[in-house]
Amino acid sequence: MAEYLQSFLAPEWKWLAYLAAALIHCMLLNVVVAGGALIFIWLERKIAGRIQDRLGPTRVGGRFGWLQTLADGVKLIAKEDLMPAGADGLLFKIAPYVSFCASFCAYFALPFSDNWVAVRLNVAVFFIIAVLGLEVFGVILAGYASASKWSLFGAMREAAQVVSYEVPLGMCTVVPVVIAGTMDLVTIGQMQQGWFTNWFLLHDPFTFIIFWVYFTCATASVNRAPFDLAEAESELVAGFHTEYSGLRWSIFFMAEYGSMFAVSGLAAILFFGGWNGPLPLTQWLGMADSQNSLVIYLVNLLGLLNFLFKATFGVIFMMWVRWTLPRLRIDQVMTTCLKYCTPIAAAMFLGTTLWCYAFPAGWLLAPSQPLGEVREGWLTQPAAVDLKGPPEGAPTSRSVAEKNWDRHLATTVSAETRGTSLGASPIFQRPARSVATKEARP
Amino acid sequence: MNPLAESIGVTHYLIVGAVMFVTGAVCMATKRNALGVLMGIELVLNGANINFVAFGSEYLRPGAVGTGLDGQLIALFVIVLAAAEAAVALAITLNFYNNHATVDVDQADELKG
Amino acid sequence: MIHWHSFFFLLFGLTACVFALAVVFTNNVVRMAFYLVLSLGATSGLFFLAGADFVGAMQLMIYVGGTLVLLVFGVMLTAQSPFISMKTRAGEWIASMVAGGLLLWVLLTAAFNVEEWRAVSAVPLTQQTTPGEGTEPGVETPVTAARLGLGLLGARVDRLEVVDAPEGAQSQVVAGLSGYLLPFEIVSVHLLVVLVGAAYLARPKKRMTTGPHGDTE
Repeated sequence: MAEYLQSFLAPEWKWLAYLAAALIHCMLLNVVVAGGALIFIWLERKIAGRIQDRLGPTRVGGRFGWLQTLADGVKLIAKEDLMPAGADGLLFKIAPYVSFCASFCAYFALPFSDNWVAVRLNVAVFFIIAVLGLEVFGVILAGYASASKWSLFGAMREAAQVVSYEVPLGMCTVVPVVIAGTMDLVTIGQMQQGWFTNWFLLHDPFTFIIFWVYFTCATASVNRAPFDLAEAESELVAGFHTEYSGLRWSIFFMAEYGSMFAVSGLAAILFFGGWNGPLPLTQWLGMADSQNSLVIYLVNLLGLLNFLFKATFGVIFMMWVRWTLPRLRIDQVMTTCLKYCTPIAAAMFLGTTLWCYAFPAGWLLAPSQPLGEVREGWLTQPAAVDLKGPPEGAPTSRSVAEKNWDRHLATTVSAETRGTSLGASPIFQRPARSVATKEARP
Repeated sequence: MNPLAESIGVTHYLIVGAVMFVTGAVCMATKRNALGVLMGIELVLNGANINFVAFGSEYLRPGAVGTGLDGQLIALFVIVLAAAEAAVALAITLNFYNNHATVDVDQADELKG
Repeated sequence: MIHWHSFFFLLFGLTACVFALAVVFTNNVVRMAFYLVLSLGATSGLFFLAGADFVGAMQLMIYVGGTLVLLVFGVMLTAQSPFISMKTRAGEWIASMVAGGLLLWVLLTAAFNVEEWRAVSAVPLTQQTTPGEGTEPGVETPVTAARLGLGLLGARVDRLEVVDAPEGAQSQVVAGLSGYLLPFEIVSVHLLVVLVGAAYLARPKKRMTTGPHGDTE
């Protein structure tokens, strides 16, 4: 986007283009997080009501009470801003924002449609998992700064839960990375286009099981029921946000709903095909391979709506689980993590790796694109390379070597093992449409 | 605007790394709280990491030998080992706390001659 | 004219340095931990700016999200009274400042004395870094983290050696300067040892509490 904006500016103001592009991305993501929180709070109350055989909010804003969250927001803003007497002022005030920043930063690397991502990182999956794990700092600081022993214990317990569940969460997200061969979420999404049988969820039974483990760990990692000890403690003893009232509390909850949407979005891309639908609608309509920028934009918009729908469904599923299952005790939470989630995740990871090794071209159905094949710029077996190091200023030897390697591949390595033999494993082929998708950026 | 227009080389990273290293060393030397000393150790390791990544970065030293792999992998190993060492140091500190009810390192003088 | 790379380097660099200094000069342990979080987070930003994406994400996940959480747990578990502060004597401050100042002077002199390190012309990512570029026009081949993984498995992709491959042979393992497989294995065993050792060291024992007579319970 920055290059597009740069074309409007005089040469010495080109830096403004990057600033504008960054601000636009941030505003869009803010709309997703804040607007999403607004909608999800209302949705939660409606779903909770329906599950409990009542209606939920019905008065504010018409029959369905859809302005209820706005009214709640006004109420929260109007509340008195309290701080406990013995509280550490700086840490008390900054804790909700730390949580919110961690939750918001996860959206930087999350693509919403084909190449519609704020920052296209090569290590996107790793980055999102790493940043979501920083939310625990806001919790710890809130618990400590509240100068109350019970909120400290609640915060410590919740921090222990989040940090413990990062391990199986990481292992669960590695499984689709193994199938795809890259951590780049845009590429992972692009690999799942076509019919729903291309989704990684249906790639092998191990990935199917690992999706459920991922969902459990994700629910625990965002502190949703049935793992919501921190929130529950406020009914019994005191949770980490007891001393927070008004707008500070609502920032914590924006962070929580933001994280819920982020992990659901991550699940949608890793397992459910992201912006690719269950049916290849754009191919049927003949829009998929078009070069017209408006048509590409419409295709991506459709993908965006598809992705939002899948992520929202993940959030609704989390809400459904919350109002159905009873809360777990802390020892049950830790048992689930260490005795169930982690071993199952490890076993499924092993299973998926063996499956990919045994059936690189798929078992029942061949995937639409060769999986695990992503083009890199370097080689592993050149024909003639100087021992001293990469030849500086002699790129032609690389191209000769590359041609040799291609010839070698074509003649010796069979198609099935092309992506999988250990010596040749890093030879990847990025599909040529990566060039086309570059123009698809808005 | 002038400092914002010059391009960044390895020297800039080395300065940041040096400041962090020295800060960590001073922190290790002056803090009486054992956990403060631990934080100093983390700062020292981070200063070294900045240096490793700077020398191993292809942006900052384009075309040089050894960029792209070595610096980043060594920084990776340093991070992992720092985490391991922090865990052990914390276990030792907890043991000390359990035995002496304090984390003041000035109180760790039972072996003093 | 703002060069954004320089702007963000200054932002992250200043944040890292200022908060590192704040760690030294503050007395409250929890605030020290918080300032250290900010400092290490800014360091992660510096890593991203230098093109080390994987190391930056790893710094966030392991250092900030793991080691510092551990540190904060330690702080909470060893808290003696709400806002304990142990002050350092002035003599120690002066001695460490002098020694630190000397060390800083040495390091900065070394940093400024090499001309090649001063600046680099700004060249975008895909042109600079991939040695295979220029072979296939039109396909952008950005740098990925796969070569780090390969390095850990022992195959270095930047130092390659000629291996006589008879025609028609299957793909061979490339020999070259060996990768980081041995350090990888050593670090894995090391982590196992540390895990067991730390768990053993930190096992629950009888805790001594100083009563009015100072005796153990």
